Amino acid sequence: MVQAIEATGIFKSFGSTKALEDISFSVNESEIFGFIGPDGSGKTTLFRTITTLLLPDKGRMKVLGMDVIKDYKELRKNIGYMPGRFSLYQDLSVEENLNFYATVFGTTVEENYDLISDIYSHIEPFKKRLTGKLSGGMKQKLALSCALIHKPRLLVLDEPTTGVDAVSRSEFWDMLGKLRQYNITIIVSTPYMDEAIRCDRVGLIQNGKILSIDTPQKIKEGFSRKLFTVKASEKYKLILSLRKNPGILTAYPFGDSIHVTLADESADRTLLNYLKNDGIDDAVIQEAEAGIEDRFLELMEIE
Amino acid sequence: MKRFLGFVKKEFLHIFRDYRTLFILFGIPAAQILIFGYAVSTDIKNAGVAFLDLSHDEVTQKLTDKIISSGFFKKTETLLNYNDIDKVFKKGKTKAVIIFEADFGKKLISEGKASLDIIADGSEPNTATLITNYTAAIVNDFTMSLAGSSLNNSVHISPEVKMFYNPELKSNFMFVPGVITLILILICALMTSVTITREKEFGTMEVLLVSPLRPVQIILGKVIPYFILSFINVLLILALSWLVFELPVKGSLILLLAECMLYILMSLSLGILISTVSKTMQQAIFISLIGLMLPTILLSGFIFPIENMPKIYDYISSILPPRYFIIIIKNIIIKGTGLFYIWKETLILIVMTLAFIGLSVRNFKIRLE
Repeated sequence: MVQAIEATGIFKSFGSTKALEDISFSVNESEIFGFIGPDGSGKTTLFRTITTLLLPDKGRMKVLGMDVIKDYKELRKNIGYMPGRFSLYQDLSVEENLNFYATVFGTTVEENYDLISDIYSHIEPFKKRLTGKLSGGMKQKLALSCALIHKPRLLVLDEPTTGVDAVSRSEFWDMLGKLRQYNITIIVSTPYMDEAIRCDRVGLIQNGKILSIDTPQKIKEGFSRKLFTVKASEKYKLILSLRKNPGILTAYPFGDSIHVTLADESADRTLLNYLKNDGIDDAVIQEAEAGIEDRFLELMEIE
Repeated sequence: MKRFLGFVKKEFLHIFRDYRTLFILFGIPAAQILIFGYAVSTDIKNAGVAFLDLSHDEVTQKLTDKIISSGFFKKTETLLNYNDIDKVFKKGKTKAVIIFEADFGKKLISEGKASLDIIADGSEPNTATLITNYTAAIVNDFTMSLAGSSLNNSVHISPEVKMFYNPELKSNFMFVPGVITLILILICALMTSVTITREKEFGTMEVLLVSPLRPVQIILGKVIPYFILSFINVLLILALSWLVFELPVKGSLILLLAECMLYILMSLSLGILISTVSKTMQQAIFISLIGLMLPTILLSGFIFPIENMPKIYDYISSILPPRYFIIIIKNIIIKGTGLFYIWKETLILIVMTLAFIGLSVRNFKIRLE
């Protein structure tokens, strides 16, 4: 299979901050590849390197078979890039923005309309409206339309769903799924673990290093211990109590429950008693299936 | 080419959609011309003058009438002795006292020389200088007419070069070239530097860079709209000066417009250069205002003559493009000279323009930092 991106040993630092450290990965053609990691983990720097906006200090990267340093001019024609910060012209209308990006890339809106019709149809009723007055979700859809309008072979989306409501986020991922049929490779970054499931493969990134790359399923399966969820009415008291207990390896809050791993994996009964003695008598302990975030936290522990 | 036109179209949309930009582009120049023309006028009109005539003869009477009838002065009081001078100044209405010595007329006829003192109120130095200059001019005129009509040929001429090209002593004319110079460099440099840094600040530059647009296209696309608008601005300023102050353009209008285009281009390239070194709009505005406006006002010869400055300021001002442009357009508008007399200044501006363009293209980053 042809590789859309091939990176080996990429290093990049800003002053004394190491933004990327020995990053190597490859992305297959027409797959959706997600980079998951917290803020400041190096996702944006990596994406800017892929889009030829930053030069790596060390390492080699080929995107669509072209070198990011030497062939940047040719490469830029084939990339659709949506930066993390909303970057359309707020004082232009929806339609004007789209037309502008179409002309700049030497095409017209009509020519590639079928590609964006699914997405653009949502905002088309507002096409005369100034972009600055759109809602967050609509802005993202417009930005995606603009990034797609020249039918790029590679779509680079830097945190496209940050600051967007849950419904719009879900819609957005549906649209990305539909783009598969056009043979467009998509790399996308997100701080939301729940979105990782929608990628073909994900790379977990932390402090400029890639912790693991695999399909979302395999990453979940990589979780090495038994996971329990603990619930109680007084969550704060519960987590303090759990973290005091030497038999507890990890205790992280997840929504309304706490994910816990135990040194002795059959000790969940003992734990219940311990909590009762500590004044928490409504605790419920259940065995649970690990999610990507659990695995991510585990990998971070190992680091 | 289509890409480029699309980019230019987008720039025009930005400009026309932003009322503030439009106001800065057209409102401020018009306001400045009117303000400088009317309010900061250095003309004197009906300035209060008192007379102390110790001679009381026909000649002093004639000269007094001539001074008063010039329209610049108004007689406030007739003094009787030197002690009154201090008092009359303290009343505030009198800006100068003109004193004819005893036997003024007799001396003038017999010796061909008579002395007249002008004591001006130094608390307003500008007016004081103007009044003394004006009076001196009137007195010269008077002695010349005397010389022409009588046998007396001892004519005292005190040359006042500044008024030579401005015989009616209208100061508005002097401000028009200065205002054009100031406005063009300010608007061109400020606008282009702000519009480019705005793309950086809003993150749109990131997307523009990851597009097939070449740096030259981005820069030219930014420059062309402002070039056109600034040129319209020049026409507007000239039309306004002509309509309101009846400013005549003595030299070739085509030469004047061509020089203006050169200066606009120079200012625009300076703006691009500023944008390549500043990261935020605020920085760009700061550099344009402090780095360009103040030196242009203070050091370019716009208000204060360079000849009167200490040498060090003279050297500093010689790196300021406005200095040369002021010379060029003053020559064309007021003196009506041709390219022959201003080719040196024109050449300096061309060299500066090329240098700024070269530096900006070299400094323009095709990647992020």
